Amino acid sequence: MTERINVDDVTTERALDLYREMLRIRRFEDRVYQLFLQGELPGTLHQYQGQEAVAVGACQALNDGDWITSTHRPHGHALAKGVTVRSAMAELYGKATGCCGGKGGSMHLGDPDVGMIPAIAIVAGGVSVVSGMGLAFKMQRNGHVALCFFGDGASNEGAFHEGLNFAAVQKLPIVYVCENNMYGASTPFTATSLVPNVADRVAGYGIPAVIVDGMDVLAIHDAVSEARQRAAAGDGPTLIEAKTYRFAGHSRGDARGYRSRDEEAEWKEKDPLVRLEYSLLNAGRAQESTFARILDEVNTELEDAVEFSRQSPDPRPEDALTDAYATPIGTGTHS
Amino acid sequence: MNNNASPTNTDERRLTIAEALREAIAQEMERDPRVFLIGEDIGIPGGFGGAFGVYLGLPEKFGHERIIDTPISEKAIAGAAVGAALMGMRPIPDMQYSDFLFECMDELVNQAAKMRYMSGGKLSVPLVMRCPVGTANRGAQHGQCPESYFIHVPGIKVVAPSDAYVAKGIMTAAIRDDDPVLVFEHKLLYGSKGREQAGGLDLTAHVPEGDYVFPIGRGLIKREGHHVTVVATHLTLYRCLAAAAELALEGIEVEVIDPVSLQPFDTDLIFSSVEKTGRLLIAHEDTLTGGWGAELAARVADDCVYSLEAPIKRVAAHDVPLPVAPILEQTVVPSQERITREIRALCAM
Repeated sequence: MTERINVDDVTTERALDLYREMLRIRRFEDRVYQLFLQGELPGTLHQYQGQEAVAVGACQALNDGDWITSTHRPHGHALAKGVTVRSAMAELYGKATGCCGGKGGSMHLGDPDVGMIPAIAIVAGGVSVVSGMGLAFKMQRNGHVALCFFGDGASNEGAFHEGLNFAAVQKLPIVYVCENNMYGASTPFTATSLVPNVADRVAGYGIPAVIVDGMDVLAIHDAVSEARQRAAAGDGPTLIEAKTYRFAGHSRGDARGYRSRDEEAEWKEKDPLVRLEYSLLNAGRAQESTFARILDEVNTELEDAVEFSRQSPDPRPEDALTDAYATPIGTGTHS
Repeated sequence: MNNNASPTNTDERRLTIAEALREAIAQEMERDPRVFLIGEDIGIPGGFGGAFGVYLGLPEKFGHERIIDTPISEKAIAGAAVGAALMGMRPIPDMQYSDFLFECMDELVNQAAKMRYMSGGKLSVPLVMRCPVGTANRGAQHGQCPESYFIHVPGIKVVAPSDAYVAKGIMTAAIRDDDPVLVFEHKLLYGSKGREQAGGLDLTAHVPEGDYVFPIGRGLIKREGHHVTVVATHLTLYRCLAAAAELALEGIEVEVIDPVSLQPFDTDLIFSSVEKTGRLLIAHEDTLTGGWGAELAARVADDCVYSLEAPIKRVAAHDVPLPVAPILEQTVVPSQERITREIRALCAM
């Protein structure tokens, strides 16, 4: 039984925009999985299906000039922050036209042109680095805010404690968004923590923490908007814990033997796309044909990106030896 | 000023390394509003002025917005430096003791070193990490010389100034550099205290008042000779110079090179010296195995094998943790006596 979300305070146009953003991520992930199984993509994948409301709700609450950090599961964050489908897809293909020229790949997607540093695939790595981004914005007095995505697992890292405490004491313009999808790889959060919520830990840093329904894009959006405002006003960071669920395994080839199919079915009922669609239909705000049209458009965009990536050139082999340093010093092949 | 200020100017404006570093940092902070200091105990009124007093007087001049005191959180310090550098600032974090670098290896090795590359060259990380090293009866966790860990990391530059002239110029170069630079400074060389430890040598040097750059990647010939090339840094460099003076009395002319920069090495300078002398001894206070001497030895073996008249010799700390008792400590790190003996033996081969 699909649970409705409150769509009373959002225009239909805006709600459909959010829907489209989420659907783009969902379809991107589904398509990428197929391409991976077909052997078209190198490496590995950490997929984002199920968590789309968090990335979209959060990034839509940011202003131009704001930056994000991301994790080993960054596809959704990248697309939500504005990395184009073409350049994200090409990066997964390892092509020269990818957003990192093929040097980042799936786990380091990012693009400074849209305010996203390469995703940091070390758990809680972004919690360290985001402090400096907030510190820079504070010193530059530019009103920008840095938003840090991380998972429940990151809250067990030392970097989490050091980063949050430092940012709190410096009142840095940062929004922490914890995507609590209940598992660090295969290990349940409850097996790693005696407090049930990541938010419970935050009292120790003297900053506010908010728990939100991570399957409700509007709830995320509202919480992040408020936190962003607080950060930009100089009142310091806020942590938002989004309770969410990844529909796929931790990475490719994870058969999900550590969680029950009943639990998965329960969370599928909360699918953020289905809930938004259902709520809009129910309120008579949109027709089924509208959603079918959006799906067509998103699929077209995706196929264009796949074709673009297939046609794109590989990086030149010698490109592997550039970009380690701003001022080249040689790469070990010294003679 | 320029890239080639002469170290041979005889003007008597002499500074210690601590004073020279302070002057470089103050001048760059004045010149560039993006430069700031971040670390533990660096600006607290009535506090220490940073490790070894290098920052004394700076908070009064630049204020606490640009001299940021942190909790004892090395990961936070290094992470904040990386993030600020990515967003266009030029942070100078410091570690008090370079032994604490191991607390923030992720921020240095996985983030600072790799962000530029992972972004396809779109970002850069212009930070300068100050890292005091050196044995000083403080034992196993406050006396290590961990430079060599970092020359192994592509994306990071490593320098090790040993005199005040170089210290000011290389600090200026590091601050202006667009890559992360780790500056390793020896605790016993900061001020006058080191004189005795260094065998009575005067560690102050002429330091021009204006700003100048000592380029990263350039070494210095500290003493010319034609029988053997000796490459050494920090306190060990001064022990090698003292050894060279002693050996000169026996007719052995030692060429002593301060490499200054360990990543990249000034291979041109070192190779041409080895081609001239045919013999190479590398001395450092870091332990032997996997130390930067091993990398330099490999490069010289690669490029200068036909010039070598004897095997390449390394004199380094023995492969044990550092003990505290002075007699134990001096057994572990290269003494002047050991250096002299090894050079003499090498020249007899």
